[in-house]
Amino acid sequence: MPEALSKTFTAAGLLAALVVSGCSSGSSTGSSTEAGADGPITVDAGDTNCDVSTTQIAAGQHTFSVTNSAGQVTEVYVYADGDRIMGEVENIGPALKRELIVDLPAGTYQVACKPGMVGNGNRTALTVTGATPSAATLDENLSNAVDDYKKYVNSEAAALVDTTKTFTDAIDAGDMDKVKAAYPAARLHYERIEPIAESFGDLDPLIDMRIDDATDGTTFTGFHALEQLIYEKDTLKGTSDLAQQLDTNVEKLQTVIKDVDFTPLVMGNGAKSLLDEVAKSKVTGEEERYSRIDLVDFAGNVDGARYVYTALRPALQEKDPALVKTLDERFPALVDLLETHRAKEGEAGYVTGSPYVSYDDLSKDDVKALAIEVDAISEPLGQISGVVSGK
Amino acid sequence: MFGLIGGTGAVGVAAGVAGAKATTGDAGHDGSHSQVVGFFGDHQAGIATPAQDRLHFAAFDLSPVASREALVELLTEWTNAALKMTAGQDVGTGAVTGDPSAPPDDTGEALGLAAAKLTVTIGFGASLFTDAHGNDRFGIAGRRPEQLADLPAFAGDALKAEISGGDLCVQACADDPQVAVHAIRNLARIARGTASVRYSQLGFGRTSSTTVSQETPRNMMGFKDGTANLKADDTDSMNQHVWVQDGDGPDWMTGGSYLVSRRIRMLIEPWDSTPLTEQERVIGRTKGAGAPIGRTKEFDPVDLDAQGSDGAPLIDLKSHVRLAHPTTNNGATLLRRGYSFTDGTDDLGRLDAGLFFLAYQRDPRTQFVTIQNSLAGNANDVLNEYIQHVSSGLFACPPGVKAGEYVGQALFT
Repeated sequence: MPEALSKTFTAAGLLAALVVSGCSSGSSTGSSTEAGADGPITVDAGDTNCDVSTTQIAAGQHTFSVTNSAGQVTEVYVYADGDRIMGEVENIGPALKRELIVDLPAGTYQVACKPGMVGNGNRTALTVTGATPSAATLDENLSNAVDDYKKYVNSEAAALVDTTKTFTDAIDAGDMDKVKAAYPAARLHYERIEPIAESFGDLDPLIDMRIDDATDGTTFTGFHALEQLIYEKDTLKGTSDLAQQLDTNVEKLQTVIKDVDFTPLVMGNGAKSLLDEVAKSKVTGEEERYSRIDLVDFAGNVDGARYVYTALRPALQEKDPALVKTLDERFPALVDLLETHRAKEGEAGYVTGSPYVSYDDLSKDDVKALAIEVDAISEPLGQISGVVSGK
Repeated sequence: MFGLIGGTGAVGVAAGVAGAKATTGDAGHDGSHSQVVGFFGDHQAGIATPAQDRLHFAAFDLSPVASREALVELLTEWTNAALKMTAGQDVGTGAVTGDPSAPPDDTGEALGLAAAKLTVTIGFGASLFTDAHGNDRFGIAGRRPEQLADLPAFAGDALKAEISGGDLCVQACADDPQVAVHAIRNLARIARGTASVRYSQLGFGRTSSTTVSQETPRNMMGFKDGTANLKADDTDSMNQHVWVQDGDGPDWMTGGSYLVSRRIRMLIEPWDSTPLTEQERVIGRTKGAGAPIGRTKEFDPVDLDAQGSDGAPLIDLKSHVRLAHPTTNNGATLLRRGYSFTDGTDDLGRLDAGLFFLAYQRDPRTQFVTIQNSLAGNANDVLNEYIQHVSSGLFACPPGVKAGEYVGQALFT
């Protein structure tokens, strides 16, 4: 292992240790056994634990069998250094079991279980040993990043279609509680890929326009038109057609996204644009003005930007290690801060279906602190495009 | 950008600053040397140097996770940026001369503008040494000067916490408002991730002359302000009242000065409907010439014992001039360097205007505090009926820097 790489891994190891000790008990890091590339690895994803049956494995393809023992929906990630996503499985309901298949070359990884599908999660370190493929060249790094991101965007688009369907089904069923419970999940998936959606100038407004955009000759439609009826007017009257159009439009989006040509530049610009969105319409509480779930959108934008970063990270590491160092500090800082605003049912500021408090529950100081972190990350994020587009 | 350029610690710092030094003699954007106030010297520029016409003052708070190294790196980057901006140059690789695929280092609104006598003066608040929870975040609590004692509460204060205090302050003054704003904007940008703006204040129309060659300007009350101000040309007075002397306290402050900032809101509407004689009684000077009551010229001496034909003091016992006068305050005096402000109107449609009071001194405990105790409260300065102090700050402004140093370096070495 080259010296620089081994240093990075050491730092990642320390970080892992900190993260683990910061969480409550249950994250098993000891008493592990070596497993071959073929054996299934079980993951118990609880509210405060993320127990992996073996933490020393051989390089190769592995199947993780994940059981959600938490009291809420969870997701499980396998992260490489710097939280680069090697594989993920989302939307695992309580008591459900799902499989996650990942190719893991030798290295140090973390399995992260995220009850409520937010935050940094509970983590368990995973060491993979054995034959390591030769280091990827920069071009390979970039093309891998593009492939990764393409998969991510397509899977988010699919999740958007699914979660939107859950939302509109509830509307059809006339069940207001279910409608409100389903709205935030659909929004999250949209916000994660917002800049890609926005590249379709005709489709994006139909899905995400605000009432202010509905000027002469334009009808107010999409998520926010429904949001207004549901949360402000507290009625499902008039939602049926809007819901049907929304389904159609997110399906169209899913179809056209399949043909998008991604490049590192598009990715870098997209990440910056996601944070710009946060600064413009989430920190200000503009976007979800009726439901007040602005922090869900906030988290979605940050997720999307972070995915770009982690996908590009190996390429960035070679070209600009200082930039990687800065972003490795600032993404977790932002996520940690966001985490302080979680709320469960029954807690102050809880909004149905949202893991975060209502925007109205944030104090002026809370909002300022969030804005400061967003500005702090926007500066280095703005550098990514230039670095990866190779001057 | 900050965090992306190497050079933490004193060695990298020295190289970074020295590298920029070669440019100080260069002309500014407009090629004019006369527009440049030198950055290096025994004292920071922006204190004794002639007061410019415009101000952008900002207070910053360090991030809860900022380390001592990050603070030192910030001060280094600020020093480098201030050096370039005060010379009329762009920050970093410039506004249009860097890598076009990256965000420009400089924000660009000062392109083509003169240096406009820009000065950048940096100060350290008490909370930098000991935060609100008593923590010594940067390992400097033991070096906090006694002079940097929290200001006491004064009668009638209506201070708002969110526009008071701050871990760091930057006073940017220039003859062009856009140049002053550009300076704060770029320093705030450099600080992202390490420190953030707590509040900032724009000012116009210097309200004090700091040299004998400058005319005394008028404040928003229409009166000449700062007639009796200390003058920077008077070296003895400056050493006695403004510059921290050897032995006053910790060595790192020798040659520095303490800055008190107060946003003083003027109740413009009541003031405007007050008769001229009453306005003059309140201030203790004539509105036209600025002469002490009973005299005719601005620089006629203030005779606090002078009586009218009726035997009553000519200068009212509760007038501002009398209560602020050194003879009333054990000889205490200040180098005032404030600016007028008008931040539009308030919710009631009243002009949100006043004085952003800035004053430099050797020891706030015996200077500002003494004078303000004499002025504050309904029983004292009659001017209090027309003003309200809404923000307060106290900062230790370290001495000037030599090439290869960063502002405040002696505090961290």
